[in-house]
Amino acid sequence: MSVLVYVEIAKGKVKKASLEAVNYATQIATQLGTSATAIAFNADAAQTEETGKAGAKKVLVIKGDQYKTNDAVYLTAAIEQAAKAEGAKVIITSFDVTGKALAPRLSAKLKAGLVAGAVDYPVVNGNTLEVKKNVFSGKATAIYSINSDVKIISLLPNSFPVKLTDNKAEVADFAVDLNGITSKIVIKETKSTDTAGMIPLPEAELVVSAGRGLKGPENWGIIEDLAKAIGATTACSRPVADMHWRPHHEHVGQTGIAIRPNLYIAIGISGAIQHLAGVNGSKTIVVINTDKEAPFFKSADYGIIGDAFEVIPKLTAAIKKLKANN
Amino acid sequence: MKILVAISNVPDTTTKITFSDGDTKFNTAGVQFIINPYDEWYALVRALELKEAGKATTVTLFHVGLVDSEATIRKGLALGADDAVRVNAESPDSFFVAEQIAKFAKEKAYDLILVGKETINYNGSSVGGMIGGLLDYSFISLATKLELNGNTATVEHDIDGGVQVVECATPLVISCSKGMAEQRIPNMRGIMAARTKPITVIEATTDAPLTSIKSFALSAGRTTCKYVDANNVDELVSLLHNEAKVI
Repeated sequence: MSVLVYVEIAKGKVKKASLEAVNYATQIATQLGTSATAIAFNADAAQTEETGKAGAKKVLVIKGDQYKTNDAVYLTAAIEQAAKAEGAKVIITSFDVTGKALAPRLSAKLKAGLVAGAVDYPVVNGNTLEVKKNVFSGKATAIYSINSDVKIISLLPNSFPVKLTDNKAEVADFAVDLNGITSKIVIKETKSTDTAGMIPLPEAELVVSAGRGLKGPENWGIIEDLAKAIGATTACSRPVADMHWRPHHEHVGQTGIAIRPNLYIAIGISGAIQHLAGVNGSKTIVVINTDKEAPFFKSADYGIIGDAFEVIPKLTAAIKKLKANN
Repeated sequence: MKILVAISNVPDTTTKITFSDGDTKFNTAGVQFIINPYDEWYALVRALELKEAGKATTVTLFHVGLVDSEATIRKGLALGADDAVRVNAESPDSFFVAEQIAKFAKEKAYDLILVGKETINYNGSSVGGMIGGLLDYSFISLATKLELNGNTATVEHDIDGGVQVVECATPLVISCSKGMAEQRIPNMRGIMAARTKPITVIEATTDAPLTSIKSFALSAGRTTCKYVDANNVDELVSLLHNEAKVI
């Protein structure tokens, strides 16, 4: 019996969300008196070493071209076989794009109860695990009890710290039988929305976001300058994406992407409930708005009532000064 | 091409959330319920557009819930769905819902099953993937565009750091996200027609639920906003650096 954790590799590295998952799996394994086994597809030595540093006792490397597109049909088949071979009772993934397709499919295959988007470590209660997750779009939390024999937990990204140690994992190849398993999905085209030098929004710890208060797409220079000074990723509100001032993938909020960075700076965004639903998990929120009645101030840690066009360049300069002195 | 659209009955986005029975149940008193926005604006409306374009023959709504959710189902019918099926049960978790949908979709040979990318009450994003697993159908998540050409679906969907265009033969499960379609408002003709459209009520297949909710708690709000003078941005930088320790 062990705790199994799915590790995803992107751009040659173990994803941060996966390191969070390995840490989490290691913690549960300690609670259950067992160890964490990671599954990494087509991983090289550096990647398995990184997985070991995050706490895995063993890394199972599964090789094959079918896994290269993260198609949940193949990933699920492989993890299902590994879970059975390892006698795993708990399986951990991230609640990221791959995890949102993988964990439910695995849940159906193994008849394993799933808590999707956990925000805390589980409590062991007899044969059940009790896990906290956000509900009502962040307005509340619920404690779920997983009652099934095999249990799956997917983790809300950026909710757990990543601790690396000098732990070395035992690495072993794991052979999977994909006989009879075929995905009908054919990839026609993949378009990257990555902006050079910027961390993708779901993983970003620092985010600078702007809304209609900026008055037009031509004014985004000050936002980009501030983001660059902080080392942040840029985001925007829904109206801004709808008016095509900014690309669709920058839209955060209920209908866009939900994020929970360490710092969220909202500039010229009033803070409609739908926007808050996507950002209220942020650890520190700064709101800059000319309207002192903007509802967003009620959900902010720090606020400046003022004109973005005056405040932002000063803020950028002040941050550059801080960075230069540190 | 028969399309099944799974709809969930959820509290309106602006609802003030409270709990009852010692914080073990969501308090529905005085709450306005709506069709889960992702199920309605994106999944259902796109299904209707495909039917109008002659690419699909029927659009059936599927809902798991007690009789009080029929007002929500009628709204879906008013928008233009042909008929509806209601499983007469309170859903304990995503897996239970997925099982009901999977069983019905297989029996009635639906080609395409559309779900919203998540519900705004339990935010699980799980039902679509579970149906895929239960039926061994392919599942495409976070779709922003959907076209049908005979029995082949062409789907654009969000992936990490980009978008991908994929093709897949039916049967197929797709979770729908922003971009699929625009919100519609039912017209008077639709509302009148909905009154006589059939809602078939079926009983649930029951197994012990895999998960259950033990308790709820409201999220801690932020205490108070600390205001900084617009002419003193250095103070904000200092607070972010020394107090919040985020830069």
